[in-house]
Amino acid sequence: MSETQQGMFGARGTGDTSGYGGLVATSVSTGSTERPFGGYFDQVADDLERAYPDFADAITRVVVECGELTLHIKKERLVEVSRILRDSLLFEMCMGVSGVHYPERTGSELVAVYPLLSMTRNQRIRLEVCTSESDPHIPSVVDVWGGNNWHERETFDMFGIIFDGHPGLTRILMPDDWDGHPQRKDYPLGGIAVEYKGATTPAPSQRRSYQ
Amino acid sequence: MTTTFDPYASSRETTEGTVYSVTGGDWDSLVSEIGEAKEERIIVNMGPQHPSTHGVLRLVLELEGETITEVRPGIGYLHTGIEKNMEFRSWTQGTTFATRMDYLSPVFNETAYCLAIEKLLGITQDVPERASVIRVLMMELNRISSHMVALGTGALELGAMGPMFFAFREREMVLDAFEAITGLRMNMAYIRPGGVQQDIPADMTPRLRELVKTLRKNFKDNERLLIGNTIWMKRTVGIGYLDLAGCTTLGITGPVLRSTGLPWDLRKMEPYCGYENYEFDVITADTCDVYGRFLIRMAELEQSLRIIEQALDKLDALKGAPVMVADKKIAWPAQLALGADGLGNSLNHIREIMGTSMESLIHHFKLVTEGFRVPAGQVYAAVESPRGELAAHIVSDGGTRPYRAHFREPSFNNLQSTSAMSEGGMIADIIGAVASIDPVMGGVDR
Repeated sequence: MSETQQGMFGARGTGDTSGYGGLVATSVSTGSTERPFGGYFDQVADDLERAYPDFADAITRVVVECGELTLHIKKERLVEVSRILRDSLLFEMCMGVSGVHYPERTGSELVAVYPLLSMTRNQRIRLEVCTSESDPHIPSVVDVWGGNNWHERETFDMFGIIFDGHPGLTRILMPDDWDGHPQRKDYPLGGIAVEYKGATTPAPSQRRSYQ
Repeated sequence: MTTTFDPYASSRETTEGTVYSVTGGDWDSLVSEIGEAKEERIIVNMGPQHPSTHGVLRLVLELEGETITEVRPGIGYLHTGIEKNMEFRSWTQGTTFATRMDYLSPVFNETAYCLAIEKLLGITQDVPERASVIRVLMMELNRISSHMVALGTGALELGAMGPMFFAFREREMVLDAFEAITGLRMNMAYIRPGGVQQDIPADMTPRLRELVKTLRKNFKDNERLLIGNTIWMKRTVGIGYLDLAGCTTLGITGPVLRSTGLPWDLRKMEPYCGYENYEFDVITADTCDVYGRFLIRMAELEQSLRIIEQALDKLDALKGAPVMVADKKIAWPAQLALGADGLGNSLNHIREIMGTSMESLIHHFKLVTEGFRVPAGQVYAAVESPRGELAAHIVSDGGTRPYRAHFREPSFNNLQSTSAMSEGGMIADIIGAVASIDPVMGGVDR
């Protein structure tokens, strides 16, 4: 995913001569999963298409991986899709929002991931919305799921995603006057090297990393 | 308005009126000054160092007399950057971090994290049954020790000291069992991707059966002390009210949700680790208050004991079965043997890697230093922790480290309901409301 090498060593490819790196890492596909999605995912997609005529326009990708359904949504449509998912498809709970930072995806570096839960139907899906570092705005879903209040504050604190319409978007875990957003990939971990019996162990961020 | 300067309670004029900053000292002059003011609005900072706020939780209370008009919880005093740190360690090392988040339920943190990794690796079905049974056993023991702290400190914060003595006596026995099984009482990093770190000691199942018997008898002490106790009822019945609509809106899970009458328990609804093979009841209450949540936790203790008994039967039937996936490219080489000093590596394993097989040595070395690779993708895996839905959102880029690890902590989410439970109530009741949420600040702040 990341093209840059970090740390002391860092072999290109697997760098593996022992046959150890036998696990093949499949790259993340950028397309949609073909139907049938399997399980209740087809029904969720059908219901949403029926309840939301703009489905094709608002939802850019539908991905099924590891037995989980992800809907990639255009950020300006997030709130209306959320409302329909809550009211018509009975996803009455949003379990928060988690950010992910992909510095090499120019124009869509910041991703917000919302796991949804329908207790009525015992179903789970996931929403994914992306935005750019230069304009890190995503509409807030606190009006739809009030419990996302603190989660959005945390994601703002850690990733700098600005949730428009949030009732009080302030830092929550870091001090109010903190500079930067610690969970971004370009934010250093910090740490100091440790010396023991003459040998020096570098700080975790400086140790060799294997790709 | 007096014009004398008070070094301990200086006053200044603002657009909102006169504001007094109390810094201790001369209360007499403060009281006399406040007595002249028209309104009685006071802002009180409760915490972050306060004996009854469950750790370093800060509550900014706006009071009118003794009535709370607004609560703003302030958190972040225990933020340790665990999620960021995990991005710089191998997948297996991550368990050592995850276990330290919610320090009262380490086994649940590890299990959520490992279930997520196993889902990404596609080895969920390959985890040996004995490992899953041990995970269930450890989780239910942990649920007991966690509920004991919730009950004990909750009662202590409301002024009852006896229940805490009983609760910590029971918790201590469970922690002793943890020590006998894993070597550590807390933060044991015992659940590993692919199974558990090592098998339980051979003499453990009879000891745990004894423990179950003792605990079942001992739990009655607290039941007799608190259930129906007039003072306890006065402090808890009707306090911290939050109904089902409130819980759904705020994303509340766990005992607080079940106190509204909804039997939502992930162990039943989305079974993991083979929970579908155990008989137990989901406990609910319909009072939506602190007393209901207290009763739920008390009754869940017995359900945990039931699950532990069934797990012990399964362990006896599965004697000698593996506790780690067969795939040696993932399975952590943690072969241990009991030496004279109480710990040590397995001599057979040492003999193999040092004396017999160069490939085994390379393999051991690569797995421990480099770690295994996890296919790229993202997953969300949830478990029912003592506080509600604890979930791990894990993103991999195909490397030997998590690209992103995020934990959906029930304490963090549920603490949001403090305002809804307490505003409009008395200041003394916020203590009970917070205690009934049972937030663990290590989990809230991570």
